[in-house]
Amino acid sequence: MKKNVESIFEQYPKSGRPDLIPLLQDVQESYGWLSEENVVKVSQFLDIPVSNIFGVATFYNQFRFQPVGEYHIQVCRGTACHVLGSSTVLKEIEKQIKVKAGNTTKDGVFSIEIVACIGACGLAPVISVNGEFHAKVTVESIKSIIDSYKTIEKK
Amino acid sequence: MEKLKVIVGLGSCGIAAGAGKVFDKISLLQDKYQVELDKTSCIGMCYREPLVEIIDGTHSYLYGGVDEELAEKLIQHHQKNHAPIKEYVVKTEEFKTEDSVFTDNQVKIALRHCGFINPEVIEEYENDHGYVALRKIANKEIDELGIIKEILDSGLRGRGGGGFPTGLKWKFAKESENEEKYIICNADEGDPGAFMDRSILEGDPHAVIEGMIIGAYTMGANEGVIYCRAEYPLAIKRLNIALAQAREKGYLGKNILGIENFNLNIYVKEGAGAFVCGEETALIASVEGERGMPRKRPPFPAASGLWKKPTNINNVETFSNIPWIIENGAKEYAKYGTEKSKGTKVFALTGKIKRGGLVEVPMGMTIHDIVFKLGGGIQDNKKFKAVQLGGPSGGCIPANLDNTIVDYDSVNATGAIMGSGGMVVMDESTCMVDMARFFLDFTQKESCGKCTFCRVGTKRMLEILTRITEGEGVEGDIEKLEELSYQIKDASLCGLGQTAPNPVLTTIKYFRHEYEAHIKDKKCPAGNCTKLLTYEVIPEKCTGCTLCAINCPTNAIDGTKKEIHFIRQDACINCGTCVVKCNFDAIKVY
Repeated sequence: MKKNVESIFEQYPKSGRPDLIPLLQDVQESYGWLSEENVVKVSQFLDIPVSNIFGVATFYNQFRFQPVGEYHIQVCRGTACHVLGSSTVLKEIEKQIKVKAGNTTKDGVFSIEIVACIGACGLAPVISVNGEFHAKVTVESIKSIIDSYKTIEKK
Repeated sequence: MEKLKVIVGLGSCGIAAGAGKVFDKISLLQDKYQVELDKTSCIGMCYREPLVEIIDGTHSYLYGGVDEELAEKLIQHHQKNHAPIKEYVVKTEEFKTEDSVFTDNQVKIALRHCGFINPEVIEEYENDHGYVALRKIANKEIDELGIIKEILDSGLRGRGGGGFPTGLKWKFAKESENEEKYIICNADEGDPGAFMDRSILEGDPHAVIEGMIIGAYTMGANEGVIYCRAEYPLAIKRLNIALAQAREKGYLGKNILGIENFNLNIYVKEGAGAFVCGEETALIASVEGERGMPRKRPPFPAASGLWKKPTNINNVETFSNIPWIIENGAKEYAKYGTEKSKGTKVFALTGKIKRGGLVEVPMGMTIHDIVFKLGGGIQDNKKFKAVQLGGPSGGCIPANLDNTIVDYDSVNATGAIMGSGGMVVMDESTCMVDMARFFLDFTQKESCGKCTFCRVGTKRMLEILTRITEGEGVEGDIEKLEELSYQIKDASLCGLGQTAPNPVLTTIKYFRHEYEAHIKDKKCPAGNCTKLLTYEVIPEKCTGCTLCAINCPTNAIDGTKKEIHFIRQDACINCGTCVVKCNFDAIKVY
């Protein structure tokens, strides 16, 4: 369920500086990304300058400043995945959905993000689509993984 | 007739391999077959996930590679015959399996409950020595100084990678006078290729919590924070469940277990993805809601940390060892290990290894034994080249030094570091220059930007390494890399910068010839750097199917149907598409 910013604020009654990161996380969790509009609202709520909030938010990898696709593909580029060929996996995904990592397709269906390590090294290379893990992916298996999401989308 | 008990391993790895579906399937069949269903977390055998344990009367069998269909088959078989299907068994007390060597050579202390209890049920932890150590304190069998002495005597050193004696750290925090003190658990496991902490948090959250409570009691802390990566949602969920249970049972809160004036609350703080936050002072800044940038030390956190109050930070694995040491005594723990590195260490064994997973071994085991005995050797029987220890702060130890034992000092002597325990195995097809480039790419992105040498220096190093892997390396590049490395090490404030050049320095030290081959001969000996490879059609194998020519992005392949094709080297951009597309292995790469 998408919560609006105001209802998220209600969960932070004694708000202050330490709440900044958790608040931004909650906003992103609900909206999928941090819009300028929402960051301004957070700034007014916590009484912290917008520039300062962007300073914090851009420091951390977790925060995104553009909307993600309906299916957000995270490609793990940790060491174990790298050794087992995650760079070719990434290239193949970019080829399949015709968009580079860090971007969202025009129709808003897919987006790709590179993540440092999702901690499933024993099953490398790993990708995660909306939190659902796919283990030991290969260039060959990517097409069917992506196709399966495309089929759900068409329905 | 006693019910069968079926336990499904539901750690993140297991779920990724499909254990969730197996669990759902069995829960649908629960009534039909009259089985008791339970879950546990990761037992460490990632290579055989999904894992399902079946307890049949007094016998227990752990099955590997279980999908939904096999799960049902196993249940039917056990109900009918009350005997295992041997070919799928990976572990049992009844007989040896080919995987026995993986489990038999381990000593499980930090991982003692992982894969054996349901982490979401506090009673299962309590029934297996859980909170016994804390009760010892409540019963006045041991006091603060006694605890510090035990931890010092046990020889436990920080498992996050620093290797600082934990007992000493606690002593400093205790001696720091203040009414308010904080205890923090560093669960921001950002090191790519490591997942020890995630497994402990998912599989045995109470052990970490109990370790923190004991620490808080010892130093007089009244608030605890577990700083956990947001990328570990299952760990966070299980921690929150465990914390709520601990509060309900009186292990957290006011006058804990009747110990007067011992009040403690612990909460989880989600990290937001910054490798540098593994550094103590950066982590503190992040908890305070700032950019996670390290600051100068001293003052050390033990004197002035979170909110300028005395703060003690330990890693997940360190905390999970604590209750065991307090319960069993320092002597028991110090029985394992070497002179200066006591106890056990958990390693995440990954990469080109046959049996990848989580292993806990006594300090002092050789790398050779870990890779070949426990890990079963290299995938596809290729040649073992090196292990990478310590992630982006560590280095590569080559195969000819595989008699190096794992303890802090022996590993440091090679130029690598023990780190948090990520052990990535590489074979002959892994390019060491590319490995160094990979790590520099990581540290360069993760540098917080405070120190010029780290911010700019890692960028320059990455540029040089990228050039080398693309065949643009020039004479003098190696020396330039070395010079930059020492400057960055000397002029950086925190551990990130001080160790960032390690992957480059160790690969230059042990694999200088590979750098030289890239620079002088424009060749990648491992056949990894695509821009340095040459692609040629093998005439005997080519059937003239035209598939390569159709897919070549630069139209560099000539040939008509049913005739042998030819790659024009001047137009080839070495993308490798033809190799992937060819169905007849007719493209030679060298």
